[in-house]
Amino acid sequence: MFSLFLEQLLNGLQSGVMLFLMASGLTLVFGVMGLINLAHGSLYMIGAFACAAVAAWTGSFWLGLVTSLMAAAIAGALVEMLIIRRLYNRDHLDQVLATFALILIFSEGTRWIFGSFPLFLSVPDFLTGTVILPGGSQYPLFRLAIIVAGLAVAVGLFLLIGKTRLGIRIRAGEADRGMIAALGVDIDRLYTIVFALGAALAGLAGAFVGTTQSVQVGMGEPVLILAFVVIVIGGIGSIKGALVGSLLVGFTDTMGRFLLPHAFATFLDPSSATAIGSALASMLIYIVMALVLFLRPSGLFGATS
Amino acid sequence: MTMNREFLINSILAIALIAVPLIALGMDEPFIITLATKVAIFAMAGVGLNLVLGYGGLVSFGHAAFFGIGGYAAGILASHALNYEPIMESPFLIEGTTQMIVIWIVALIVSALVALVIGAITLRTSGVYFIMITLAFAQMIYYFAISWPAYGGEDGLSIYVRNGFPGINTLDPISFFALCAVMLAIAMVFSAVLIRSRFGLALQGARQNPQRMTAVGIAPFRIRLVAFVISAMITALAGALYADLNRFVSPTMLSWHMSGEIMVFVILGGVGRLFGPLAGAALYIILEHLLGGVWEFWQLPLGVLLLLVVLFARGGLVGVLAGERKHV
Repeated sequence: MFSLFLEQLLNGLQSGVMLFLMASGLTLVFGVMGLINLAHGSLYMIGAFACAAVAAWTGSFWLGLVTSLMAAAIAGALVEMLIIRRLYNRDHLDQVLATFALILIFSEGTRWIFGSFPLFLSVPDFLTGTVILPGGSQYPLFRLAIIVAGLAVAVGLFLLIGKTRLGIRIRAGEADRGMIAALGVDIDRLYTIVFALGAALAGLAGAFVGTTQSVQVGMGEPVLILAFVVIVIGGIGSIKGALVGSLLVGFTDTMGRFLLPHAFATFLDPSSATAIGSALASMLIYIVMALVLFLRPSGLFGATS
Repeated sequence: MTMNREFLINSILAIALIAVPLIALGMDEPFIITLATKVAIFAMAGVGLNLVLGYGGLVSFGHAAFFGIGGYAAGILASHALNYEPIMESPFLIEGTTQMIVIWIVALIVSALVALVIGAITLRTSGVYFIMITLAFAQMIYYFAISWPAYGGEDGLSIYVRNGFPGINTLDPISFFALCAVMLAIAMVFSAVLIRSRFGLALQGARQNPQRMTAVGIAPFRIRLVAFVISAMITALAGALYADLNRFVSPTMLSWHMSGEIMVFVILGGVGRLFGPLAGAALYIILEHLLGGVWEFWQLPLGVLLLLVVLFARGGLVGVLAGERKHV
């Protein structure tokens, strides 16, 4: 039981870290440009497909991983320059609709190119084994590697935002767009960079998650909605909030699915315990979100309105 | 002048909605009658959303929740009635039904209660938070429907015989179309009356200037909450009809794509215009039918069209044709 618990805890951490890669990009784009981007899940999908296609073609997962970063970043930069740029001064309704249209275009375009069958990504050889967890159960080495890689990217992002000149500009952009433009920062280029950065992070998450699940059209959408829940909980625009929210959502979701059926089984018969437990578990993160909002309407780390 | 032009367009839309299925009846094309029925039902869902989206300025991205609740009301009640299984035996007996009127009342009550809870939480926030949270609550209900096995879970629930309405043979396509068209007309008239009432003016005032509304003694929160509940009820009624049209209800009706589509009907037609949802739903169904017949990946050109409408043709179809931009 203990080792199973530990395994689920690691799964929760993995899902939280991957969510952070998604949510940080979304929250940056909202914080700096004031844009709600539904098509963020499409960039995640593009990353996964690019990685799977290149890995299948060249036989190298690493080349695939690099391609996924580049493909998502380039797609992000292009979309920003061609379409998103026109939406900054529009209201949220126009942004929602235009990015919903982008989802239709990306999803249908991917289905056209790759077909409806899912692709599979295989893990590089030296990461295929398992590790023995304390308590005796085995855990896939690759999942551990994803956790470590995701955490490393998260640390890198915090350093980028906190310590570099680009980070200062991004934070300044969140605080006062007009002022940094007046100070001579090329605001158009900054926006493109921020959008491409968020896209690259989403693409990377897509490539990582693609190794543990199948790569298929529409894979970005459930993750996108979870990422929305994350940034609503954390406070829109806050990277720190995105990190706390991601871990909270990752752990709550995974542990809820694992523990609730067991908890109901103590006083119900097994089949209805599983039914009620899993139904409730699927709603748990939204209940957490409602609670957070009830207590703090602008999220845990959001600016109080 | 432009007002007259919008009136003319609206009349053409209304006449077309009635004439097309009648012509199809004469040509013995029941499929086209079904398409027209779909237009009427989608338009009605859009009329519901338009109330909060167009007049209230509240971008709800979760109206599929109410559409699906209406659908499940029809599916669940009918399945209990057909299996002769009461829904509840104690403390009092509740049985299933195949009567649309009872189903509609249940759909209205349940959707109103759910909208009251969701609205009470979401309307405390605004802007982009409101969009994301309405979306999240709809997803919550979607995942609940998927993981709750009693009513089909992911597979959905079939309605083996379309539910009945006194004095009408609902199995006959043109009769069922007439029923849906009348319901749409009632929803539109109700919506038009509501918008011109004191309540409707307060709702639009709360969109334009909430501070001023508060200053004259009208709390925007309560006005918005009531509008949100009414809007949800209209959409739920459309959902009940949609389930009966397909004789099937599944979590797809609750999915966020559905929320997006209902929003597309409203925007494509024209936000905050009475006939906007009808124009949008008609255009959407026509495009789906025409493009879908030619190319398997018809949503690709649809996405491009939608993008062009958002970027360049603000005001939607009715707005472009009437040559007049409206507030919003």
